[in-house]
Amino acid sequence: MDLSFTPEEEAFRDEVRSFLKEKLPARLSNKVAHGLSLTRDDMVEWHAILNARGWLASHWPEQYGGPGWTVVQRSIFEDEMARANAPRIVPFGLSMLAPVLIKYGSEEQKQHYLPRILDGTDWWCQGYSEPGAGSDLASLKTSAVRDGDHYVVNGQKTWTTLGQFADWIFCLVRTDPTAKAQEGISFLLIDMKSQGIEVRPIVLLDGDAEVNEVFFTDVRVPVENLVGQENKGWTYAKYLLTYERTNIAGVGSSAAAFDRLRSVAGKITRGGKPLTDDPLFAARMARIEIDLANMATTNMRVVAAAAGGGAPGAESSMLKIKGTEIRQAITALSRRAYGAYAIPFIPEALEDGYNGEPVGPEDAGAAAPTYFNMRKLSIFGGSNEVQKNIISKMIVGL
Amino acid sequence: MDFQHSEDRQMLADTLRRYLADAAPVDARNRVAYGETGYSPEVWAGLGELGIAGALFGEDVGGFGGSGFDIMVVFEELGRALAVEPFLGTLMVGRALAIADAVPEGIVAGTTIAAFAHAEPQDRAPGEALATRAVRDGDGWSLTGAKAVVAQAEAADVLLVSAQTDAGMALFLVSKGAEGLAIHGYNTVDGGRAGEVRLNGVRVAAPVGGDAEAAIAAAEAAGLLALSAEALGAMDVAKTATIEYLQTRKQFGVPIGKFQALQHRIATVLLEVEQARSAVINAADAFGKPGVERALAAAKYTVGATGQLVAEEAIQLHGGIGMTWELPLSHYAKRLTMIDHQLGDQDEHLQRYIALGRAA
Repeated sequence: MDLSFTPEEEAFRDEVRSFLKEKLPARLSNKVAHGLSLTRDDMVEWHAILNARGWLASHWPEQYGGPGWTVVQRSIFEDEMARANAPRIVPFGLSMLAPVLIKYGSEEQKQHYLPRILDGTDWWCQGYSEPGAGSDLASLKTSAVRDGDHYVVNGQKTWTTLGQFADWIFCLVRTDPTAKAQEGISFLLIDMKSQGIEVRPIVLLDGDAEVNEVFFTDVRVPVENLVGQENKGWTYAKYLLTYERTNIAGVGSSAAAFDRLRSVAGKITRGGKPLTDDPLFAARMARIEIDLANMATTNMRVVAAAAGGGAPGAESSMLKIKGTEIRQAITALSRRAYGAYAIPFIPEALEDGYNGEPVGPEDAGAAAPTYFNMRKLSIFGGSNEVQKNIISKMIVGL
Repeated sequence: MDFQHSEDRQMLADTLRRYLADAAPVDARNRVAYGETGYSPEVWAGLGELGIAGALFGEDVGGFGGSGFDIMVVFEELGRALAVEPFLGTLMVGRALAIADAVPEGIVAGTTIAAFAHAEPQDRAPGEALATRAVRDGDGWSLTGAKAVVAQAEAADVLLVSAQTDAGMALFLVSKGAEGLAIHGYNTVDGGRAGEVRLNGVRVAAPVGGDAEAAIAAAEAAGLLALSAEALGAMDVAKTATIEYLQTRKQFGVPIGKFQALQHRIATVLLEVEQARSAVINAADAFGKPGVERALAAAKYTVGATGQLVAEEAIQLHGGIGMTWELPLSHYAKRLTMIDHQLGDQDEHLQRYIALGRAA
């Protein structure tokens, strides 16, 4: 057994670090570190910087613009990005749609859409969930009816993250209402500027509006926007979900969040002692730290298995559950650290360039909103209950 | 043994519940809670007419209640409705003043808004002096310092401010608009308003009489019971809403409450909420008796831990919809979470419980 990286891998890590040191704008890492909101321009800016280096599409094949990295290199890259407080790469075009297009799309679709994802021409969003189709995604009802060389789409999608910025949406639609649930679904690319599309923001409990409802009324979509074959969309959707779950453990971002928590806990005192000397607070921190160290190794075991050609099975579900539990535990403890100063809610202070009078210790204002926002982690991308179903089906098999 | 509230108290609870359901349903509550005032002057006035404040005080100071169970029923109902009207300030300031002085009539009548301004921005070691200072100034006193996250500081007609004098801690009543009083107000995460209070040489004629430390302890004891009961009311509503969701939301062709994994989780929520109810009953029963501090620490610890469980499970069992502003549940989850940030969190009260046990 050898837990160390090869000298080549260590050299690669150094290369990533020096790139981040040089190219990651402090303004952006500062926002991430302090829990401030990122604008569309911030995300576009960071994508462009990565793209200029050829590192934006880290898991694409080289022929389409990927860097040709190994699984281990990708893991190192993601880890270093998170630890440097780099903004997360917006996944919808790069990590969700692109792998589907590369595997199942037509040559024309690849030639047209992939470069536009890389250079930021098209911002994509995901049209999967519906009000009646959440964990039971295959029960989706949005319909696409063939009419000459078009599909006519009617229905509603929901939880569409950052749909307010999107130029395009990839949608699961029902093309055969008579077939079994999974067998009548197709994968369709829809221009958000089409007539009959309406986007309505959903305000979340932290006051944020990052998700949307998208309504389709007689939206005409050219048939060439169908990906793969009609009624085979469920196969592509499942393929996409396995990609959605790569790097799901989020070891790097949890490690970065834990470091911030440790620093805060060392500065804030309660009853005359820093929180790091408070036995109960210190115990809560230690449990998370141990859990995180364990998960880092579990994650590397999965990465090593994947590097050896193993197909991810229950492991990605395990990592999703544990990774989100750890991240949520960190945000809960960060909130707790600020005591009464987690109570004030000054949303303007969470935006860039706020000049108002600060209230409480630095970053106190972001603690509770972040905690509430991160409740989504155990719900989206297949809720943790669905993940446990997947695991138990694999191991119990009944 | 009888675990029913007395008929009078049950009537009070029913009246309060009906009034709040009618006058302050959650959407109306949210409009004011996240708005400029953080409470509804109309609802406050309406509750004043119902005599709710009077239930929080004994006959000796002009009220008609004041026992632990009176405080419990009032705040449990306020919690059920997520009420943001400033009763916590009424209770804490009134109970502090009741130790020595007469309580101003307006506080007992529910017409005067009072804010309890004791906690400070900086931490304090046990026994350490307050940073807010009161010094003799001619025939009166001058107050200088800062107070942290004071609930409804801007709306308050009076603030009860703690300060250090050469002879120890003292309490001063500061009126709204007093010269040298500056308040930086803001909304709170769970709805309502609070503020940072600054005292820049605020002139006050005299401190309130009596033992200030005893008065502060009385205020905090009442406040802990009130917050515990409020949490109980809120968690009961969150639990019921979640049960209804499990019964009605269908996935895979069945109500999701058919899935045993979810059944067991809601069962855990239910039993922990009943445990929390017992903790609040224990504290209400001990209120005003020797040993109350430990029962209060136990109650606040319990509702802190259970409140987080209920809030997180209610959101998770609802799925995405549980995270939306539109659903009342999300506001209950926020209130339950933030109660653990008021007057000490679950860890602080667990340690207090241990320390009080050692001392006994």
